[in-house]
Amino acid sequence: MATEAQHSTTRRDFLFVATGAVAGVGAAATIWPLINQMNPDASTLAVASVEFNLNGIESGQSVTILWRGLPVFVRNRTDKEVEEAKAVPMAELRDPETDEQRTKKGHENWLIMIANCTHLGCIPTGESGEFDGWSCPCHGSQFDTAGRVRKGPAPTNLVVPPYEFISDTLVRIG
Amino acid sequence: MSEHSTYTPGSGLEKWLDERLPIIRFSKEHLMDFPTPKNLNYWWTFGAILVMCLGIQIVTGVILAMHYTPNIGMAFDSVEHIRRDVNGGRMIQSFHAVGASMFFAAVYIHIFRGMYFGSYKAPREILWILGVLIFVLMMATAFMGYVLPWGQMSGWAATVITNIFAAIPVIGTPLLELLRGGFSVGNPTLNRFFSLHYLLPFVIAAVVALHIWALHVPGNNNPIGVDVKDSRDTLPFHPYYTMKDAFGMVLFLIPFVWFAFFAPDILGHPDNYIQFDSQVTPAHIVPEWYFLPFYAILRAIDFNLLFINSKLLGVMFFIGSIVILFLLPWLDTAKVRSGSFRPMFKWFYWLFVINFIGLTYLGAQPAEGIYVLLSKVCTAYYFIHFVVILPVVSCIEKPRPLPTSISESVLAKSHA
Amino acid sequence: MFNTKNILAALAILAGVSVTQAAGEVVHVEKQNWSFAGIFGTYDQNQLQRGFQVFREVCSSCHGARLIAFRTLAKEGGPSFSEAQIKALAAEYEVNDFAVEGGSRPAVAADMWPSPFPSEQDARDANGGALPPDFSVLAKARGVHDAFPFWMFNYFTGYSEGGPDYIYALLNGYEEEAPVHFDLPEGKYYNHVFPGNAIGMAPPLSDGQITYIVAEGEDAVPETLEQYSTDVAAYMMWMAEPHLASRKQTGFVVLLFLVLFAGLMYGTKRKIWAGIEH
Repeated sequence: MATEAQHSTTRRDFLFVATGAVAGVGAAATIWPLINQMNPDASTLAVASVEFNLNGIESGQSVTILWRGLPVFVRNRTDKEVEEAKAVPMAELRDPETDEQRTKKGHENWLIMIANCTHLGCIPTGESGEFDGWSCPCHGSQFDTAGRVRKGPAPTNLVVPPYEFISDTLVRIG
Repeated sequence: MSEHSTYTPGSGLEKWLDERLPIIRFSKEHLMDFPTPKNLNYWWTFGAILVMCLGIQIVTGVILAMHYTPNIGMAFDSVEHIRRDVNGGRMIQSFHAVGASMFFAAVYIHIFRGMYFGSYKAPREILWILGVLIFVLMMATAFMGYVLPWGQMSGWAATVITNIFAAIPVIGTPLLELLRGGFSVGNPTLNRFFSLHYLLPFVIAAVVALHIWALHVPGNNNPIGVDVKDSRDTLPFHPYYTMKDAFGMVLFLIPFVWFAFFAPDILGHPDNYIQFDSQVTPAHIVPEWYFLPFYAILRAIDFNLLFINSKLLGVMFFIGSIVILFLLPWLDTAKVRSGSFRPMFKWFYWLFVINFIGLTYLGAQPAEGIYVLLSKVCTAYYFIHFVVILPVVSCIEKPRPLPTSISESVLAKSHA
Repeated sequence: MFNTKNILAALAILAGVSVTQAAGEVVHVEKQNWSFAGIFGTYDQNQLQRGFQVFREVCSSCHGARLIAFRTLAKEGGPSFSEAQIKALAAEYEVNDFAVEGGSRPAVAADMWPSPFPSEQDARDANGGALPPDFSVLAKARGVHDAFPFWMFNYFTGYSEGGPDYIYALLNGYEEEAPVHFDLPEGKYYNHVFPGNAIGMAPPLSDGQITYIVAEGEDAVPETLEQYSTDVAAYMMWMAEPHLASRKQTGFVVLLFLVLFAGLMYGTKRKIWAGIEH
């Protein structure tokens, strides 16, 4: 058998390599769907982007809506709050971001952000704390009227999700 | 069996490992160098095919469990959720469902191969018994898995099969309630079936390990049933049988994927696409095809015998039809293993196969008219084969002369 | 020897028995030509859109489809309506949502098709005690039973269209008058395909009942009972099996791969065994 093998080395090797390669392709093509099934499914992806109607939220009011399973603050800020936010010097911020960066042009009164504290995920209480914004009951982080962290253990500002205004009163988040 | 091993640790690390956990030595002895008769035919690849089937069922099953909800209000919809929304879910689900049928098809071939070639005879009785045990565990697992989608067939299968236990005198009813976790099949039943359906495949895997251990003590039987005499009769398992088995597996996958991709529901029953309703029994309730022969035996008994009522008697025959398989090594006392050298046995073997297929057919027919009588005849023949025909044939049969060794028979064949 | 031919025959029978049916009242159902039959089968998008129209305008007033999300109507391989069409369609329906004021709101694409009745009991009350079955998987919950030996061929053709065949036959199976000897209960209708022949559903479709929306440049489709029932049966099959086309396409690739792989494996196996007497 050993001598037989040496006679046709190239053809034999080619066959072995080809078989091995095809087996490898088959294995890879089998494994991928077995992993991919763990990715978000079609029903989850279908609610990855939601439309929300801003009608009826008066100045100074906020609502909490659900987006991708996360609570999201939608706040119609008062002019005073917007001015306060704009007046803050960048140097005072731990995570410097201007108010313009955190809102949409022409809709500066609307502040939309994920309601989980960037420290460990609790939901901060609105209209409270030293900066008239939010304060987190869990570990004492405080946020200003633009949702930027000003004090406490939170490392970054409250997260603004991707969103856009479809019309003046309709936003699509996600 | 270290005498088969040619393993010498190649490096210091291997030597260190070999002295502590000789896993490389073990793999080499049992997966690579293991001396295997050189004359095994393709029917012998079904052992490897069955390992593959178990692997497919476990992998797809673990995945399905990630998306399935074991609750009577949500189970049916969660299976549909898997089919509709989970990435690739339709295909994974059909591989699991079709896989159960393919697993049984392979196991029946494996069992009937063992029966023909006398693979249950000394010194392989324990090997055979472990195999029958795996078969029983497979039936329990498949039955409980069939309940999980919570369709009409699921719920009624659960009802009917758990009712079997009620036939046991005195403790029957309390046992039935214990099994169901209630007075009828309901949410507790579904939950425990889910739990056990997840557990049992791993028990099967453990018994498979014992089965292979018991195989590797005497080594493989072979188509002529003559013991291995010397090294000219054998080949190392790798690469000869690894390659042959792998080829067998790929061939087996062709009908497997045919069903899984093109007709995933053809082996099932349409009624299982209707959610379980405890108020309405489907017009024709039929188990999955692989249970039909045993179901036919259960149903065939419609008469009382002395103080035993028909229900209990049916259950006794049903259980007996499996228990008798455990006893097979002692019912067939012929010294010659392979059916190829047993002229009388061969005839009765094929009659038994036809009778078994007949029982399968009858299991799917309504219990009426001629089918009732035929079921009784086939059931009787099933038992007669084991308790009368095999012992008698063993005594009166004159076997054909056996080749002196495997290598002689192989050479005779190739020069013929 | 262990006879291969016998074994294969035995296996074919074993595998086959599961679909054999009671000898009792088997109704012969004519098989139709479906675009989604066979290994290359795919749905006809136009047919699904017409079928959807039949479902929506007629069936859905009594039958639900609780597992069907509006969004799936936009998916490739299905009716493939545009996202905008689906959004507009969904908005026409109200769905329960206890998170909003009043407990209901207009549906969005992610919502499920709302049920026509608030509860099963309401559905029965409105239909003379009979429950109109949900359509989500109904096309797979019905089948056709072939006599021996024809069911055996189904394993080789992959016949899986028993549901649509039955639905088509049922919709065309109504008869004006029951046979003389047949005792038709009050409020039931005679249908020679329905098991037991007395069906609670009045003939739902008739010629000219629905005016199909035909896109410009496309041929008009006959507005007949036969056409309506073919279209709605196809649509119901899509509801039950929305991933049929992609499943079959993947299957074909996998099958080709396995045949190639098996060939290579056989070659490799022969090479390894070359020179060994066995």
